[in-house]
Amino acid sequence: MSVNTDKAGRTDAPPPGTAPETIKAVPVRHYGRWISAVVVLGLLGLIGKAFSEADIRYEAVPDFLTDSSVIDGLFMTVWISVLAMAVGLVLGIVLAVMRLSKNPVTSSVAWGYIWFFRGTPVYVQLLLWFNLALVFPIINLGFYKDEMSDFMTPFMAALLGLGLNEAAYMSEIVRAGIQSVDEGQTEASHALGMSHGKTLRRVVLPQAMRVIVPPTGNEFLNMLKTSSLAAGACQYTELLRSTSNIGNTTGAVVEMLALAVVWYLVLTSIFSVGQYYLERHYAKGSQRSLPQTPLQRITVNLKSLGRPSGGAA
Amino acid sequence: MTAMVKAEGVHKSFGAAHVLKGIDLEVAPREVFCLVGPSGSGKSTFLRCINHLEQINAGRLYVDGNLVGYRQKGDKLFELKDREVAAQRRDIGMVFQRFNLFPHMTAIENVMEAPVQVKGETKAVARERAQRLLDRVGLADKAGNYPSQLSGGQQQRVAIARALAMEPKLMLFDEPTSALDPELVGDVLDVMRGLAEDGMTMIVVTHEMGFAREVGDSLVFMDDGVVVESGHPRDVLTNPQQDRTKAFLSKVL
Repeated sequence: MSVNTDKAGRTDAPPPGTAPETIKAVPVRHYGRWISAVVVLGLLGLIGKAFSEADIRYEAVPDFLTDSSVIDGLFMTVWISVLAMAVGLVLGIVLAVMRLSKNPVTSSVAWGYIWFFRGTPVYVQLLLWFNLALVFPIINLGFYKDEMSDFMTPFMAALLGLGLNEAAYMSEIVRAGIQSVDEGQTEASHALGMSHGKTLRRVVLPQAMRVIVPPTGNEFLNMLKTSSLAAGACQYTELLRSTSNIGNTTGAVVEMLALAVVWYLVLTSIFSVGQYYLERHYAKGSQRSLPQTPLQRITVNLKSLGRPSGGAA
Repeated sequence: MTAMVKAEGVHKSFGAAHVLKGIDLEVAPREVFCLVGPSGSGKSTFLRCINHLEQINAGRLYVDGNLVGYRQKGDKLFELKDREVAAQRRDIGMVFQRFNLFPHMTAIENVMEAPVQVKGETKAVARERAQRLLDRVGLADKAGNYPSQLSGGQQQRVAIARALAMEPKLMLFDEPTSALDPELVGDVLDVMRGLAEDGMTMIVVTHEMGFAREVGDSLVFMDDGVVVESGHPRDVLTNPQQDRTKAFLSKVL
């Protein structure tokens, strides 16, 4: 017990067994915080009061929440968003690689693509795709020939409009990701005899994903919401279109808009949870400890609820 | 016996900066060849030219009798395709000052990567060799660790194992201990000493004069893009002939 004898020799050390006296001081009063809290709550109350007195039949929202046409529209929204995002991601990677290539033709073409699709409103692009039959009555791809009006369905127009527009944004995100990876990684890979393609696929992209995933999550949430433009521009019957259809027939216009808001919030919440797991996957090997998953956070919170005094130890 | 590396009048410029101004040297098989000199003298650049990470502007550079990065027909030079350059690099291992391990792979995955991806080995075969190599560099128990969970010295030893996994005939070391805490340098140098004893041809850019004297078979002192002095490490380090060598050594020894 040499440690104990050492401690006993020191006079300023507290005797073993007694805890040091905890400081009891009068805390500083933050009056400003109280005032601002009251002001904010007051404003919230006013907004709440306004809506409670408004001429809205709130009971219509739950009545139609799971109406079959609403659920159909919901699935159409998710479906077009996932597909358009997939188109955007694949084409975005291709464009990013083109943009970074040493070939001046491919890099200028990629630059031009991004310039055009980022520079024009997506609503205009959707309208252009949907009305393409006016300038090209026949579509002829060599292996595929059809009337344009048969080919360019609302779904097709929405997919092309949203997907090709997304590709321009995704390519810039992918390019930033690729450029964020240390040059030494490429050199080490080349020094091992790995080709350009293998280096990109096995070494650079997996590391770039850490930079790519968070803004891509953003883009996807945007896509879920932007897909509502396809209702007006291409007659694509997604969530907003199906809820406003109900609103127009029942007269509950604002109620059905509120219903759409509820579903959009549910969708964006679900997909942002998914983003956590994706970020965790690509954080492997990272120095920083992984962020808690929403599930882990819930369990931790529940555990701390179970023992109200807990955490102090 | 052909030289493992042969340089004839090698020049390299980066824009206006003339970094290598005519390097001539030969490295014999099984030789431990040390390159020393002040920073900016071009020794790292020369090392990077040997596996074509940098392209030389003039002169000829051969590894094991083959021109690096080019094919010669008559007196015309043809640039090699990327695929052919990659094939040349397979036989040349390189260890970097800043390790450059792949951070998203564990130690053993780092070592397995090139044999699986480049040579098309099965994972089982690659894993077995990787485990043996990690054992050799004293890190058998760290196989499942990510680079961020390893010390600098351990990372550098994994990097050496990774280079050895391709069974190279030549190893290039670019200041392998310069980024390490002093107490970790010894472990890395021990691994390199072991390699030298096994007869690996090694070119080592280093500031570790003790290592150069003890393990090196020949030493070249470079300054301002030229070879100033060369010879056996013991001779050059203890009895330098050139003033520039003397001035440099008086500062580092």
